[in-house]
Amino acid sequence: MNSIALQGGFTDAAVQSAHAFRASLEAMARPGTLQTVAGATPPAPLSAAAGALLLTLCDGTTPVHLAGAHDCAAVRDWITFHCGAPLVCAEDASFALGSWAALQPVNRFAIGLPDYPDRAATLIVEMDQLEPQGARLTGPGIAAEARLSLPETAAFRANRALFPLGFDCFFTCDNRVAGLPRSTIVEDC
Amino acid sequence: MYVAVKGGERAIDNAHAWLAEERRGDPAVADLSLAQIREQLALAVNRVMAEGSLYDPDLAALAIKQSRGDLIEAIFLIRAYRTTLPRLGASRPVETAQMAVIRRISATFKDLPGGQVLGPTFDYTHRLLDFKLAADGEVLPAATAPADMADVPHVTGFLNRDGLIEQQPTGNAVPPDLTREPMELPADRALRLQAITRGDEGFILSMAYSTQRGYGRTHAFVGELRIGTVAVEMDIPELGFAVNIGEVELTECETVNQFKGSKTEPPQFTRGYGLVFGQTERKAIAMSLVDRSLRWAELGEDYTGAPAQDEEFVLMHADNVQATGFLEHIKLPHYVDFQSELELVRRLRAEVFAAQEAAE
Amino acid sequence: MTAQAPLQTPRQIWIGLLARAKPQRLAELFPDLPPHELLRAPEIGAVMVRGRIGGSGQPFNLGEMTVTRCALRLASGAVGHGHVQGRDKDHARRAAVLDALMQGDQADALRASVLEVLQAEETARRATRAAKAAATRVEFFTMVRGEDQ
Repeated sequence: MNSIALQGGFTDAAVQSAHAFRASLEAMARPGTLQTVAGATPPAPLSAAAGALLLTLCDGTTPVHLAGAHDCAAVRDWITFHCGAPLVCAEDASFALGSWAALQPVNRFAIGLPDYPDRAATLIVEMDQLEPQGARLTGPGIAAEARLSLPETAAFRANRALFPLGFDCFFTCDNRVAGLPRSTIVEDC
Repeated sequence: MYVAVKGGERAIDNAHAWLAEERRGDPAVADLSLAQIREQLALAVNRVMAEGSLYDPDLAALAIKQSRGDLIEAIFLIRAYRTTLPRLGASRPVETAQMAVIRRISATFKDLPGGQVLGPTFDYTHRLLDFKLAADGEVLPAATAPADMADVPHVTGFLNRDGLIEQQPTGNAVPPDLTREPMELPADRALRLQAITRGDEGFILSMAYSTQRGYGRTHAFVGELRIGTVAVEMDIPELGFAVNIGEVELTECETVNQFKGSKTEPPQFTRGYGLVFGQTERKAIAMSLVDRSLRWAELGEDYTGAPAQDEEFVLMHADNVQATGFLEHIKLPHYVDFQSELELVRRLRAEVFAAQEAAE
Repeated sequence: MTAQAPLQTPRQIWIGLLARAKPQRLAELFPDLPPHELLRAPEIGAVMVRGRIGGSGQPFNLGEMTVTRCALRLASGAVGHGHVQGRDKDHARRAAVLDALMQGDQADALRASVLEVLQAEETARRATRAAKAAATRVEFFTMVRGEDQ
């Protein structure tokens, strides 16, 4: 394994992963808000935020799917060394990582079972831009409404219609992350 | 139903402080070290590792000390601790054929290659209390004899060569793990073995005994019982090869069971299997009997309604941490449940009395 | 025994030897660690130990064991990995340092001062157990019965 792959993990795993976990929790609990996560310096094209999420949420029991440009040797080795997560096809993934275009079609991903809605995939969508503007978000965790620069809205409306099944999303850009759980109602505006 | 009850904090703190003092016992008596527990109460340590499902003799010794020797409480402590550990991976299946055996006996073959090795066993002791141990007993070193360090072959291999025992399906399928996914029934044999090896020794023993007394009889002989250490190997992705990460002591039991044959299988011997952490031979033998008993369906045997044939009964009641948790929770405050029961009984009584009055 | 199975490479053999060493003994034999950069700080975790049904069949999960691992890089650039049984972080770090050093020009010296000592002690320990076991091997005497004569 290339020595690049062995670098860029948390230097103080207990503290840094706790902070990153808190940020991911806030992001999912308050859809549309932007949280900052730090501590990971993963190889390109992984963003620092996506790297920190992987270090925090993934291990040997969470199969990861890499889509598009993210499916490269540097990222594969980095995840294998730092997370130990098996790399799998889209259908078997607990977590999927890539740009929105690369993750298409998103109806490949697990949406959970009626008995176990938690057995659904979480998509980590790498964005060029991530701003609190654009599509209107309402629903649990949002007082009135929130805005988020989503890549589209139709896919998230279709996903919302599956509730309580459906996938959940993190959007990442640099060191920022926003969450979009399956419970959020997304509208164009 | 559970009710938040405030208060009693000072009482709880004081109870814990007293517990600590009682745990220590008479301060005039020397404190017990973890090394003493690990070395001198090794079979208690082994049981805690087996049922706590975590191989770490020092931690098991600590749990035994903390629990004042209550082994189920110690097992509970180990189970709680293991949930805090990240799972680094899974080992390659250990090769018990390459075990460095300290004990190896067969009840089916007298003269077997590798021989009958008794090891440090209680079997031929007279079960008379040894009062020398109450004094400070000097221990003489055990006798030695020239040894070859060759691997000791499995006894069932000899039967296998003649086709007298059922074939064992081989492979490398990833087994289900009940510590990661809730157990779903029907369970396959791999999942059953995981549940039994971490199950309560007393429960598994009683289930096995019930088959011997006729509740799902399986006519078991101990084909082989062996105790010893095996190497644990794991594939390390960053290295690109497997390495030896340590060694564990295991007890393995293979039973050879009579089988009259079925529609699809000729008469032949069948197998039961037990493999347990540490030197735990009662558990390993019991495990292999219960394993064999639960295989009735795949072998085309009749279900006689025996408890040891009932997978749901065995697997859902084998875990002593689950059992004790549910059992002991009924001592915790149930004031509101009981209040509603009380009101119900009062109302029913009032109705009965009213009906009686009306009748008179 | 498996640990010395002939199919193992020299690196596999020394990694295994370092993993099985008693932490205290390893520290005595190799007390001072050279400067190094941690790639993965010593981390305590659990490894699921698997067995095989019937000793040779399909795998099943037997139970976990504690393992501590560490990865680091020396100033020379050599990377070392340690995966050791138990919960001793210094043990994992020391094993990783030695794994890295064994890939460099100190290998011969360390083989003599550390690895061969560990190997000899381990072999002696195993031989003692095996010799005690051998002393409990049963020798059957065949009883001569009347009808056999």
